[in-house]
Amino acid sequence: MTSMKMTNPRPPAKTYPMGEFRKWTGAMVMLGSLGSGGCVTVKAPDAPIVIELNINIKQEVIYRLSGDAGNTIDENKDIF
Amino acid sequence: MTMLLIRRFMLGATGAALALGGLSAPAYAQRDPAYEAARHAGVVGEKTDGYLGIAGAADASVRRMVEDINIKRRALYADKAQAAKATLEEYAITSGCLAIARTAPGEKYQAPDGAWQTRGAGAPLRDPRCP
Repeated sequence: MTSMKMTNPRPPAKTYPMGEFRKWTGAMVMLGSLGSGGCVTVKAPDAPIVIELNINIKQEVIYRLSGDAGNTIDENKDIF
Repeated sequence: MTMLLIRRFMLGATGAALALGGLSAPAYAQRDPAYEAARHAGVVGEKTDGYLGIAGAADASVRRMVEDINIKRRALYADKAQAAKATLEEYAITSGCLAIARTAPGEKYQAPDGAWQTRGAGAPLRDPRCP
């Protein structure tokens, strides 16, 4: 009897030892806490935070519309 | 059915008459004296968003006037923005840039930080994106 085989069979799944990874993570966390003196400090900014509400409006859009908007203001002087 | 048609025709005719009336009215109407006075006194000012704001001690009539002007501005922005394939907000902000640039010395305007400023002889404080 002939057995059917795929041309490129997938190798069996490999497992990596967990120990190696854990060791490195631990070392990195240790290094990180050493670098900042063991505690995290959050400093408030000196300048007041200005919330830009219309940050999503691009300058090029404003430039494109400026001619049109200028005419609109000229033609509606009663409300501008 | 005929009555409905007649009514429709009459409505159409009224609309046309109104449109014609709008066209024949002076194209560039000037500011109402009360509005001009409120601007001059610094009671109302131009905001960065393209609308009028209350910058000083305003009574009920001034508040009503500001609301009325802003409703008209919004309708105008919506119309023009659609024609220019832009959003209402984009068109309003652009108009705000220009309206602030066109304030006369002594009039109030809103700086990018939101605070009211009095227009001096020089250029006003504006958003860096303004043309």
